[in-house]
Amino acid sequence: MRLSRRAELLLRAASAVTLAFIYIPLVVIFVYAFNTSRVLEWPPPGLTTSWIGEAIDNSGARDAFFTSLEVAAVATLVALILGALASLAVARFRFFGRETISFLVVLPIALPGIVTGVALNTTFTQFLGVGLGLWTIVIGHATFCIVVVYNNAVARLRRVSGSLEEASADLGATPWMTFRRVTLPSMQTALVAGGLLAFGLSFDEIIVTTFTAGAGEQTLPLWIFTNFSRPNQLPIVNVVAVFVILLSIIPVYMAHKLTREEGGASPGRGGGTAVAAEGTAIP
Amino acid sequence: MGRRLADLFHGRPRLQVGALLAGPVGWLVVGYLGSLAILLAASFWTLGELSGEVERTFTTANFETLFSEGVFRTVTLRTVLIAALVTVTDAMLALPLAFFMAKVARRRWKGLLVVAVLVPLWSSYLVKAYAWRTILSEDGIFNWVLDPIGLSGPGYGNVAVWLVMSYIWLPFMIIPVYAGLERIPDSVLAASDDLGAKPWRTFRSVIWPLVFPAVVAGSIFTFSLTLGDYIAPSLVSSNQFIGTVIYSNITNNLPLAAAYTTVPIAIMIVYLLLARRFGAFEHV
Repeated sequence: MRLSRRAELLLRAASAVTLAFIYIPLVVIFVYAFNTSRVLEWPPPGLTTSWIGEAIDNSGARDAFFTSLEVAAVATLVALILGALASLAVARFRFFGRETISFLVVLPIALPGIVTGVALNTTFTQFLGVGLGLWTIVIGHATFCIVVVYNNAVARLRRVSGSLEEASADLGATPWMTFRRVTLPSMQTALVAGGLLAFGLSFDEIIVTTFTAGAGEQTLPLWIFTNFSRPNQLPIVNVVAVFVILLSIIPVYMAHKLTREEGGASPGRGGGTAVAAEGTAIP
Repeated sequence: MGRRLADLFHGRPRLQVGALLAGPVGWLVVGYLGSLAILLAASFWTLGELSGEVERTFTTANFETLFSEGVFRTVTLRTVLIAALVTVTDAMLALPLAFFMAKVARRRWKGLLVVAVLVPLWSSYLVKAYAWRTILSEDGIFNWVLDPIGLSGPGYGNVAVWLVMSYIWLPFMIIPVYAGLERIPDSVLAASDDLGAKPWRTFRSVIWPLVFPAVVAGSIFTFSLTLGDYIAPSLVSSNQFIGTVIYSNITNNLPLAAAYTTVPIAIMIVYLLLARRFGAFEHV
């Protein structure tokens, strides 16, 4: 589309302002991580790297980090298995209620996180009468992580035609052989991407987590949240916050690289959709 | 073992579908929908007057409290209003950037911009809320920038919640709008141009109607996520929102908290039904 010079300039300016709006708060947190002062004042009076060492030595933050890794790893594994199975059924078979599956998978992330949290909390504490612990967090996380694996895998399976599998069958392969030699390899990078995003999603989640975590269990976001109210911990919270941002960038970037060809130039379909679908999730 | 199992399934598509779906559907229907059903049931329970324990007797008292006490109405209204404001703000911010990404930027820049929008979409929600807490604080950047010109920032409160929520959910609007704009062929815009339309007219009469379903798709996220949030509002405001009220009641009055969750659920069901009418689901 041909734009007048003035219109294009305006558009560029608006885009730049929006991008600045997105990135300035992240930069602020980076700067505060090196703040010499123990209070949050702007501009920081000086810069230091000493808080990084203190953060590494902080046993509370370290324990919470390992708890988060553990939760995210198990939740991702469950989501990978369930998401892959559902995607195979939806993309390769016709059956009654097929349309409902996508809706069912998206629901835990489309409803506000607080609804999922309270529902699971009520079920665990009132109905099942079990204590909240580490595994109740895992169940909550796995539930809303299924969607990212599912979306990525379905997008891939739709792109890779089923005729390859038919050809394999025609050449005498058993269904198991076809699955191992044809279907699984073609899904591989989509599953890795979905798994990475699920991991990131779980690692970052706090709303459902607060309702499903046992009294003794603390994930990294929960640790950060409880330490907001402890002024003497602020410098360490700042460092941990930066660490969390950096850590969450890696899986997203890698997942994007792995699925960028999905749907050609438009990231809205395929890979991009899978990424955007989280929307409903984080909270 | 794998082979023998495979032979069992051979030529039996129904058995294959059943085996594939048993796990995921079992988890989501029994585990998740089951939990939602229990949540609904719990909203009709009550607290024992003496014991303070949850009693499983059917009563509509919780809903009567929700409707009769003005504070719940005020909180619901405030939350819905802010969610609506956040949605409009994000749509206004997303459109120019998404249009630039989809139709103006060169190929190489396009890829970079998509990554630039995607990365903060996933980066820690909590940290982003925290960043705004520091920015809006008494000694924060907002006041530091505005002080020389004799102004001061909004501080903590409703304006802060609106700002923070708009910030956190913005990428969820940009991505579907960008995808929607990508799907509009360049030739359509060129045709409008050839017929003498100025850019603003092209936007109003051609782009907006075509991209509207995508905007609605993005609004599902921005609206729903704002509606149920309680962490960010509690960080930058002392006002009550639907999420903060539910959270503060969960330990001492679970039936009331459960009853109040039906409010955002009902609002979202209406919203999703409306969104479907606008064709938003092809863009999610």
